[in-house]
Amino acid sequence: MTDNDEFEELPPVKLPLDSWHRSHGARMVPFAGYEMPIQYEGIKAEHDWTRNHASLFDVSHMGQLAVSGENAAHELEKLLPASIANLPEGQMRYSLLLTEAGGIIDDLIVTNTGAHLALVVNGACKWDDIAHLREHLDDDVTLTHFDDFALLALQGPEAAAVLEGIVPGVGELSFMRAGLFQWDGQHLWVSRAGYTGEDGFEISIHQSHAVALADALVADERVKPAGLGARDSLRLEAGLPLYGHDLTLDTDPVSAGLSFALAKSRRATGGYFGHAPSMARLEDGGVAQKRVGLALEGRLPAREGAKVYSGDALVGTVTSGGFSPTLGHPVAMGFVETEHAVEGTELHLEVRGKRLPSRVVPLPFVPHRYHRKGAS
Amino acid sequence: MPRYFTEEHEWIDVEGDSATIGITDYAQEQLGDIVFVETPQAGTELTKGAEAAVVESVKAASDVYSPISGTVTEGNSALDDDPELVNSSPEDEGWFFRLTVSDASELESLMNEAAYKAFCDGL
Repeated sequence: MTDNDEFEELPPVKLPLDSWHRSHGARMVPFAGYEMPIQYEGIKAEHDWTRNHASLFDVSHMGQLAVSGENAAHELEKLLPASIANLPEGQMRYSLLLTEAGGIIDDLIVTNTGAHLALVVNGACKWDDIAHLREHLDDDVTLTHFDDFALLALQGPEAAAVLEGIVPGVGELSFMRAGLFQWDGQHLWVSRAGYTGEDGFEISIHQSHAVALADALVADERVKPAGLGARDSLRLEAGLPLYGHDLTLDTDPVSAGLSFALAKSRRATGGYFGHAPSMARLEDGGVAQKRVGLALEGRLPAREGAKVYSGDALVGTVTSGGFSPTLGHPVAMGFVETEHAVEGTELHLEVRGKRLPSRVVPLPFVPHRYHRKGAS
Repeated sequence: MPRYFTEEHEWIDVEGDSATIGITDYAQEQLGDIVFVETPQAGTELTKGAEAAVVESVKAASDVYSPISGTVTEGNSALDDDPELVNSSPEDEGWFFRLTVSDASELESLMNEAAYKAFCDGL
């Protein structure tokens, strides 16, 4: 038996809320090495509840990391195309780990907590991310993995009122701001962000108190638990890419429509992995393909892997797709040749030998409703 | 009218040489919210185990296999506009297709209702 075989035979790991999910009627599936709830009462019901009220998602599979030390910001700037040194305390920023060729290793959120620079990375990528960070960060920098912390996401238009009721003060946070709060004698690190397109929060709490917090949240009749299924349909409607599907080592920030993550202040100076190839791709004609939104007619969804045609010419591939409960028709994201990526372009998606008509539309499919600073 | 079941969670009602085929309540529960059903066209020759229909839920596409051999006489056109019938009435209005049975002996290997219930309880 090789080491590799041994690794693959490891059973899925149970997360702190495992029994809680089961007692709330969740159907559990293996995901990113963990047993995770895919749904409770049904994906569509949970999806609609999130758009109208508030849903509790367990995202404890995600990697909660921190980088600390005198040179932490400078060191992270070698690996991320973001401006980290000037990140204000309490501010969050979307960023990417890039290869030297500018391919995407993972997407993440970096936050200046004051004490350190916190990173929240994808569950399926976290071990590779940790290896990458360890390899490239200076030895003076400390990398911590908070694997004894759960991460709960409360998402939806009623999330702020619910959470303010049990954790006073969180309502003061605006979108992409975070802070330390107290609840039941416990520290909570609360971030106003999420992956649904709705207003909401992500709450990091020690695993010993995760069940109590989940109970306190669903005790409010405005909150119901929601699973990975609804999380996926919500993020698709919100036009948010999913690593391993829409983003891979073979995709780059410019093709993927994530040029905003290439900080303007660092474009001239560089000094990070993937800088030169990313700058070349920012030039006119620099990318062969672009990530687009595709709206389909009818009811038949086109899913990941469906080929995209313009007339008889193969011009792209769907990377995420499904039926949009909010819009009542299927939507998809995919990469298509740049000349076909213009809004309004008519393209056909091949599903089981049928060519389904679709149109390039702007992302997100469903408008974001974040609580931005300055907005009421 | 005898009703048969398969381990792939299809039900088959047989009346003379005509059979009506759908998926069970257990199957629709597992699939979740159904958004599209592709049924076979009349005249399609199906052999036992052949892909006969596709059901798309919010989650994924799943194949439905023909539990017996025969010639399709009609697909359920009501599912074109109202695929949710598979969720709300899986073992009645949400039927998938009808066919003319070409080999009645194939029915012998299928389960009756009691056997199917025991099979589901063991899952």
